[in-house]
Amino acid sequence: MSMSNIFGIAGSAMNAQLTRMNASASNMANSSTVAGSEAEAYKAKRPVFEALLSEYQTNSKFPAVGGVKIAEMAQDDSPNNSLYDPGHPNADENGMVFMSNVNEVVEMVDMLAAARSYQNNVEVVNTAKQLMMKTLEITKA
Amino acid sequence: MKLLDSAFAFSETALALRGQRMEVLSRNIANSDTPNFKAQDVDFKSVLNDAQGVTSMRATQGGHINRSQTASDANLVYTIPFNSSVDGNTVELSVEQAKYGRAAAQYQATLRFIEGDISGIRKALRGD
Repeated sequence: MSMSNIFGIAGSAMNAQLTRMNASASNMANSSTVAGSEAEAYKAKRPVFEALLSEYQTNSKFPAVGGVKIAEMAQDDSPNNSLYDPGHPNADENGMVFMSNVNEVVEMVDMLAAARSYQNNVEVVNTAKQLMMKTLEITKA
Repeated sequence: MKLLDSAFAFSETALALRGQRMEVLSRNIANSDTPNFKAQDVDFKSVLNDAQGVTSMRATQGGHINRSQTASDANLVYTIPFNSSVDGNTVELSVEQAKYGRAAAQYQATLRFIEGDISGIRKALRGD
């Protein structure tokens, strides 16, 4: 039954968008974390989406074939800002601390985009649900 | 119940196809942010050709297996986007949303036809 697959597909997409929102929230929360070296400093996390097509195509009983999943959480490799703050407990021998490389504006925009995509999938589910209910009522004609 | 089967067969197949198209479109919407995802759609004409036996094999003898009447992967085509995107994704969300809404309306129309069939048969049975 293909109509019921819509719930699995849109559900997987909602799940992926929520993970993306979570990553944004985590990045925002850690935007002012400081560390003693660039390697330890916080790097922004970016989810990488992948279609659930190739690996599940053969197994057509899987309800979310054609949906989406998080392939990996990649790290943003843009350089971390360093700050001269010799009084800071985490400062290195040169008196430098390393800020996170999170850009708040980017995170805000990404969160808005994720919320919009989530809403789109909610609408998809709603429409499919209404049509299924109407199909059930067909015998009342 | 050969009579009832043939009375509903047409709309039933149409309804299954409409549902399948909605699934394909929901797949596109779900993957609107996936890099390198290529949007797909059901090619109505090829499904129609298959159903009419123009291009497909037909079960003419007892041992033959009847292929299903609804769309298979062979009936899916890749859509050509109006604008290409940097990440190789060809889903255009507003286009897909419009298609999904239209497909939902078509599904509902097919439902109405079946409802009409049912109430017609019911009227004939009741005899009023």
